[in-house]
Formats: sequence, C-alpha cells, structure tokens
Amino acid sequence: MDAKELIARRIALELKSGSLVNLGIGLPTTVANYLPPGADIFFQSENGLIGMEPLRESGMEGEYLTDAGGSFIGAVPGACSFDSCFSFGLIRGGHLDVTVLGGLEVDEGGLLANWTIPGKMIPGMGGAMDLVTGAKRVIVAMTHTAKGRSKILKKCTLPLTAIRPVSLVVTELAVIEPTAKGLVLKELAPGVKVETVLAATEATLIIPDNVPEMQLTR
Amino acid sequence: MHKAVGLAVAVEKIPDGASLLIGGFMGVGSPHRLIDELVRQGRKNLTVIANDTARPGFGIGRLIDAKAVKRLVVSHIGTNSETQRQMIAGETAVELCPQGTLAERIRAAGYGLGGVLTPTGVGTIVAEKAREIEVEGKRFLLELPISADFALLAAHRADYYGNLDYALTARNFNPIMAMAGTTVIAEAAEIVPVGVIPPDEVVTPSVLVDYLVAREKVNGR
Repeated sequence: MDAKELIARRIALELKSGSLVNLGIGLPTTVANYLPPGADIFFQSENGLIGMEPLRESGMEGEYLTDAGGSFIGAVPGACSFDSCFSFGLIRGGHLDVTVLGGLEVDEGGLLANWTIPGKMIPGMGGAMDLVTGAKRVIVAMTHTAKGRSKILKKCTLPLTAIRPVSLVVTELAVIEPTAKGLVLKELAPGVKVETVLAATEATLIIPDNVPEMQLTR
Repeated sequence: MHKAVGLAVAVEKIPDGASLLIGGFMGVGSPHRLIDELVRQGRKNLTVIANDTARPGFGIGRLIDAKAVKRLVVSHIGTNSETQRQMIAGETAVELCPQGTLAERIRAAGYGLGGVLTPTGVGTIVAEKAREIEVEGKRFLLELPISADFALLAAHRADYYGNLDYALTARNFNPIMAMAGTTVIAEAAEIVPVGVIPPDEVVTPSVLVDYLVAREKVNGR
C-alpha cells in the first residue's frame, strides 16, 4: 500500500454514516474509494451538488454534471443541486460535517497553509478558505514531508488558509490531533516508530504513554 | 414583448471596457455563444467577474486567450496557465477572492445590501483588503458588493418571456449574477413555450432578463 492509499484508507474511517462531506481535489477525492459498501454518506461538490459519486461508466458523461475540478461525475438517488451562495451557505453555516483537504504546511497551533506558494504557485484559494473556516471538522490529508522537509512545523511559513485550527492531520506516518495544548501524536502507521515520526516533524509533538497503531479497516 | 435578439446584436450592446459578470464553473454553465461572439467582435479591456477562467480554449479561457480582459475578479485560476502567465506578466490584473465570499459579494450587490460579514479570510492575506468587524465577540470581514454593467448567463431552458431554469451543476453563479448586472443577457440550451417551466421551477424570473439570445440553426434551418 502506498502512502496516499494509506492516508485515504485511514481518513475513510473518520466519515460517519449520515454525514455531509466535502472532499478536496486530488488525494482527498480518493477517500471515497475506501468507504464500506452501503456507507450512508452524502458528498458535496461545492459547484452546486449534494450526492456526487464517481462517473459510473465511461460514455455516460453529462455536460451539466461535473465536480469542482470540472471533471464528469455521477449523482446518487436523493441528490440535489443548488447555486453557489447556497453551496457556501452549507459550508460556512455549519451544515457541512467534514471537509478533507490537502495541505502544504500545518503548525503547532493546528493552522493550515494549503493554497499558495508566493512566487511559485498562485492558483487562487477557490473554496479552501471557506471550507477550513466553516466545516464542522477539517481533516488534512498530506504526506508528512516534502523533498525531505517536514510539513508539520512550529509555525507555518506560507500564507494561512484560515485562522481556525484543523481537527485532524493524517499522514503516511501518523495521525496527529491539534489540541489547545499542542499537537498530539494519536496513532502510528503500521511499522512506524515514534522516533521516526519525531525525526520527520519540526513541530513539537505531545506523545501519550500509549500510541496505538493506525487502524485501516472497520 | 420581444426578448429574443440575435447573438451579434446582443454582443454589440457590450462596449469595450465594460464590466461583465459571467456565469459558469470551469466552463460548465458558462454562456459559450456570448463568449465566442465577444471574441469574434474583438472586444477589449473587459473587466470579468466570474468563479474561474476555465482552461485555455474553453469557456472564459477563450476571452483570456484573446487578451480581451484587463481585470479579473475570480476565486481560482489554477486550471488556466494562460491566465497565470498574463497575471505574472502584468498584462491582466487579477483579484483573487474566496469562492463563498465572491458569491456573497455578487449577491449583496443584487440584493441591495451594503456588503456582507463573513468569517472567511479573517487573519489571512484576504484581510489586507477588507475591514475587520467584530460582532458579539466573533471576527468577520466586511466584504463589499460587486455589480457589473452586464451579467452574461447560461440557462438550461428559457421560456418566451425569459424565465430561466438551470441544469445540475450548470446553475452555480448564474442566478446570483442575474440580480447584479445592470443589463442581463441570457442564452439557453432550449427555448420553450411559456408554462413549460412551472412557476415552482423558475429560478430566474423573466423580469430580470433584458435580452434572450436567439437560437440559430434549429433543426437544421
């Protein structure tokens, strides 16, 4: 299992039946692939849909049924569509249970930077700032390091996405929970030792006496 | 009541330098015929307010390719390398705005509000351009309304009066922009007799729509 699959599988376990969930583009989108059959979860696409699902069959594309990246999707029975104000009302108004987003940096305060690298990458924030500000739970799906550098820092160096701390960070090494006291190491990926996580983390981590292994199936 | 106008005539109403609200999300629900005609007529120095610029060769990306836009207000340009190039080269001024904030700023204009208070962007780069206001201990940004000379919409169906409905994710910013443009021009994939869109399903009432772009080449005629 590669790093991205491990992260996606672990995050899939966080999604509760009956919840409304928004998955970001890229790695977060793959979380939907690891839900148990019959999982009663509605996915929001912020361009105006509750009830998105992957396109069932090539050749069944609909020009008016797309995700936030413009890719073709399907829709489950019970799906509904709406305008962009309503869509972001769901997000900001506390109606969205979980958002899963990628990350460039997370810091000891639980703050996330994930939308720009000044001078290098200026795509625009799209819906990221609204999602991190408004979702009930914000889960960050990211690799622990980039080019050998820790992405979990004492303080973010890149522009913040929001000043609201995220709820959980899942990497290929660990599950980390930002709390009022700091970042707590909650779980270790299979075969990973505490020392390995510490060596890959610039931020100070709070290490409980017992750090269980990450579960990857229900 | 005559609402239908030819495509070229509709676009001739839009002068160089006009500000345009353009519906669509990654080109889905964008008024492609109006966009192509703006390019064909060589319109320049436009201000475009939209969610994104789709991608080169598609949707609003075609206006970008034609160098028709001098100023953009959008939430996202990551899918259009040409927009990024023009921004970095200083050819096009780009104001990036969080997507939910952009939608609300347009709504505020159309609904007669002086702005909206949103928690999105507080303490970030976005806050450098907006006043922060505290309400009952919570921090918000005052985001100001955005209106434009024209709103260019794409509907799924229009009836003879100009009542509009939309299909699935092609709705997005269209009905919000219908309230915020001084002149509203809509194109529709289908035109149907009045009554085919039942009152409960009309999303944009005809009174908001100034011009409906006439169909061309229907049933091969």
